[in-house]
Amino acid sequence: MTVLARRKRTEAAVNGLLLAAVAVTVLTTFGIVAVLAFETVGFFREVSPLDFFAGTEWTPLFEPKRFGVLPLVAGTLLVAGIAMALATPLGLVIAVYLAEYAPARVRSIVKPFLEVLAGIPTVVFGYFALTFVTPNVLQRLVPGTEVFNAAAAGIVVGLMVLPLIATISEDAMAAVPRSLREGAYALGATDLEVALRVVAPAALSGIAAGLILAVSRAIGETMAVAIAAGSTPVLTLDPFRSVQTMTGYIAQVSLGDTPQQSIEFKTIFAVGMTLFGMTLALNVASQSLVRRFRNVYQ
Amino acid sequence: MSASAVPATARWRPAIAARRRRGRTFLWLCYAATAFGILSLAVLLGDVLVKGAPGLSWDFVTGFPSRLASRSGVLAALVGTFYVALIVVAVAFPVGIGTAVWLEEYARPGALRRILQTNIGNLAGVPSIIYGMLGLAVFVRALALQRSLIAGGLTIAILVLPVVIISSQEALRAVPVSLRHASLALGATRWETLRHHVLPAAAPGILTGTILALSRAVGEAAPIILISSIAFIAFLPDGLLDQFTILPIQIFIWTSKPQEEFHAIAASAIVVLLALLLTLNAAAIVLRDRARRSARW
Repeated sequence: MTVLARRKRTEAAVNGLLLAAVAVTVLTTFGIVAVLAFETVGFFREVSPLDFFAGTEWTPLFEPKRFGVLPLVAGTLLVAGIAMALATPLGLVIAVYLAEYAPARVRSIVKPFLEVLAGIPTVVFGYFALTFVTPNVLQRLVPGTEVFNAAAAGIVVGLMVLPLIATISEDAMAAVPRSLREGAYALGATDLEVALRVVAPAALSGIAAGLILAVSRAIGETMAVAIAAGSTPVLTLDPFRSVQTMTGYIAQVSLGDTPQQSIEFKTIFAVGMTLFGMTLALNVASQSLVRRFRNVYQ
Repeated sequence: MSASAVPATARWRPAIAARRRRGRTFLWLCYAATAFGILSLAVLLGDVLVKGAPGLSWDFVTGFPSRLASRSGVLAALVGTFYVALIVVAVAFPVGIGTAVWLEEYARPGALRRILQTNIGNLAGVPSIIYGMLGLAVFVRALALQRSLIAGGLTIAILVLPVVIISSQEALRAVPVSLRHASLALGATRWETLRHHVLPAAAPGILTGTILALSRAVGEAAPIILISSIAFIAFLPDGLLDQFTILPIQIFIWTSKPQEEFHAIAASAIVVLLALLLTLNAAAIVLRDRARRSARW
């Protein structure tokens, strides 16, 4: 065999190996969809989809069993809403500051802080919510706050997604061409007017993509809400009460001794499917916004 | 000077002052928001340190969980975390880097590449607990690996795979095309070009990204809730098919107990976990700086 033939064979073998690696990501997607769909179909054989999606009572673990997912969805949205109410203004202001105002020295201090905040495991945020935010902040400000409550979980999830919002928005604003800023300055705009009326609108799709991604992360967050939000699936808007999120419910059932073939256990896949659908829709929206943004300035 | 110029300036001056004032107010808002972010982190870390430091001892690091908080230790969780990290390194790194290489170096631009890339982006956004359900159905049940170390390790490996791929792609993209062209022009095959030129040049970048992915893997707990039996694990895993626990899960269990003394040892375990992550991140930063200094182009 000639040297050239051997080299060509190596080339083909490498290509094959790499394709096998690529196949893993495709298989993962198929696996997730297949597992969730299979178990969810099994679940819907026993519970009507209408009862599941429109029901307002969630008591699958005790009699009388009710399979209305809305309380879990409401709990999830309440926690995510609180998180976004905290993280959106903070994250955007920090992003504007870093992109438009902060001197290099300040940036080099603030950015590592954001990286550290982003790198803290979510279970640590859960600990912080339960043992610090609730007793030392919330119960002092609002007497009667329950030990497990949506507000504490929402606050720490907000801290968790804050770096995401700040860094993605900052990147989006940094990508806005200098000429736009200089044009605005030449017309007599102040720093603030340049930042808020020229740069921010130009970076809007990037900023929106970051916000949507943050919502998706907040909805899918598990450990902090499993620890701090409670396990009471109720339809409420009161942030100081115990609620239960979709992820919190999945964690609760997985930790318990529910038999794996039972209808009770199948509920986690139906809830998981709902969660997956919500986050997938948000992620697709975010990606398409990013793509549009790239088309404008590159 | 015309008569009308003076009133015009006078008319503008207050507006300018108000606009500048608004700018200064906003700057204070910036300081406040940034300070709030930094302060929250400081309070979180300070709180954990103050509550966790007293419980730290050699016995805590080398002990097993116990019904008594004062006798509990994190050894089983620490060793479990170490093994899970090893499985992630052995599985997610080669598969992830291979995928990145194929996408960046082999794939032709077109529909297939775009679909694969979108798919990876979406996988990166799937909530981690969903990966736990995948692991439960595929590794624990279908492949009959039970609630074992290997089932947990593979689940976490699949979870961080998109992160490994995306960061490796960025590292490969940072290698100049001219390097590839020069090698190919001299008659090297694509694999030879990769092995001798592109991969060595991208190695520090790939390593930095993969270490950060590893630190994500080490802190992840949600999927393991579905995989590991949360029972009392007071032994070290002996093989890949043994039961196991990991640090974040141990922290979760102790935090979920009503007794204060277990919260205190949860804080101690958090200090151990954060120290581990700090070491990993410091390694990544050192590598990143070294890569920047030794860049050859």
